[in-house]
Amino acid sequence: MAKTRTASTLASVTSSRMKNLRAVVFGLAMWMGAAHADRVYQQPDAFVAEAFGGHAPAPAVLWLTGDIKTEVRAILDHDYPAMRLRYWGEAGHSVWVLDEIGKEAPITVGIEVENNRIAHMRVLVFRESRGWEVESAAFIQQYLGAALNPNHQLDRHIDGISGATLSVRALTKLSRLALLLHRQTPYSKP
Amino acid sequence: MKHPFIHTVLAAAVLSTLSFGAHADMSVEERLTAMEARLNAVEAENLALKDKLKSANQKIDATGDQVEKIASAAPSGKAAWAENTRIGGYGELHYTNLNGEGGASDTNEIDFHRFVLFFGHDFSPRTRLFSELEVEHTIVEGGKGAVELEQAYIEHDINDTLSIRGGLFLIPVGIMNETHEPPTFYGVERNPVETAIIPGTWWEGGAGITARLGNGFTLDGALTSGFKGDIADNYAIRDARQELADGSLAKNAAYTGRLKWTGVPGLEVAATLQYQSDFTQGTDPNAGSAWLGETHAVLNRGPFTVKALYAQWNLNGAGPASVGANKQNGWYIEPSYKLSEQWGVFARYNLWDNQAGDNISSKMKQIGAGVNWWLHPDVVVKADYQQQDNDNGENQNGFNLGIGYQF
Repeated sequence: MAKTRTASTLASVTSSRMKNLRAVVFGLAMWMGAAHADRVYQQPDAFVAEAFGGHAPAPAVLWLTGDIKTEVRAILDHDYPAMRLRYWGEAGHSVWVLDEIGKEAPITVGIEVENNRIAHMRVLVFRESRGWEVESAAFIQQYLGAALNPNHQLDRHIDGISGATLSVRALTKLSRLALLLHRQTPYSKP
Repeated sequence: MKHPFIHTVLAAAVLSTLSFGAHADMSVEERLTAMEARLNAVEAENLALKDKLKSANQKIDATGDQVEKIASAAPSGKAAWAENTRIGGYGELHYTNLNGEGGASDTNEIDFHRFVLFFGHDFSPRTRLFSELEVEHTIVEGGKGAVELEQAYIEHDINDTLSIRGGLFLIPVGIMNETHEPPTFYGVERNPVETAIIPGTWWEGGAGITARLGNGFTLDGALTSGFKGDIADNYAIRDARQELADGSLAKNAAYTGRLKWTGVPGLEVAATLQYQSDFTQGTDPNAGSAWLGETHAVLNRGPFTVKALYAQWNLNGAGPASVGANKQNGWYIEPSYKLSEQWGVFARYNLWDNQAGDNISSKMKQIGAGVNWWLHPDVVVKADYQQQDNDNGENQNGFNLGIGYQF
């Protein structure tokens, strides 16, 4: 590599770099104009409405007490951070909006259960700095149709994402949780 | 549906009415009239109970609303900054028992290799700090051990698809450089290719950008501090890291770009290019710029996973060429199989050469196999066996044991 440059060459390079820098700064400023908080892929209300064809029923409440609380803790390895959960139910299916921490921040996931199987699922809000790949439709596809086996595990293997182990684990826990909670509702019977 | 309690009350009422106690001298008609009166009384009582139950449920719901409102609004006793601050960490203890041959030393050591604490803080939902402080080998004494700041950067989400960061951060390259918590990989020690060719853990200071392009594509870019290699180390990559210690030179930057694709579940394919504008920061007139090319794939199908990685450095200048360090490359392949949630086995073939640019044989080869036992998804016990077949004849063969965790 040439170790010496003439002053004019350096000046030219510097001028060119300044122009590029200005362009980058301008571009970033344009991006900043569209900024908003977290990574919201879909508003929870919109997910619920979509699950019911635009007409969501009034939410019902499930209290996390007694045996339910114990079973929830067995799935999450900790208590769910609420005494009760709101959900939406109708004729054999229920819709849940649940949170679980992947590495350090809650991931909000919408899950629709129909006939005790996952019918629809989506990452609604992602707040972690890594592992965002779990949001992709191709990854979520693996959960569709999944049911709980007698050990409260999914009846299928979920292929992971390298570098997103904890986010994958969080989504799998929430899918199991939604299937468990659905069984506690009046809508678990077809 | 009527409550079983109501059925029981009704049955008791009928039985008591038809019994021969107090009404033994009544006619049947009088008894039926009395029974009807009792039933009316029970029904009225039932309605009253239903009203009370409804009222109690309303009160419970209202109490729940209020409790949740208080829980979300009341001060928790923590300072405001603590509410948005998180800690985490990982660590690993190693036991190494290797027999040296051909001049290589024996090793029989136990060592708490790494103790790491993460600290993160959200200044706002889109601006955060991430930091990682590490103690290596328990204490710092006599040139051994280290206290290292491996990450300390501010990240800002411009929008849902674009994030920028500035500070000290890990270079986006390879499989292990950014994700190396012990429960996430096989083998007690990290693989030698991502140690000697990709010098993990590899951090630099500067600015970076991540663009989530959709359809599984992620693009990373970074403008950072560069290497300061030295002919005294045969321009070895690992020794060229400045680690941002006091006196690290910033005359010549490094430029990194990575494209990663995770569009199919269980598959990651990525490639990184890096340009070092001057490998020795201008301290060696016989050395110049350098290029790194790296690519890897990770495929996970059910219990089976295979990882494969190839990386090569090209160093310009007569200096690196004189010791064969103008080309430094390596690759490995690692198939593994999870026997259950708790147990997994692996094998790994590693080949690397830090002086591949001349005709002198200097390849290093290591094969290994072992087992991971996850006591918990975040706690792992490891055992593996390694055998080397290095061109210089200096081999270390034996086994390693380890325990690691993350939280």
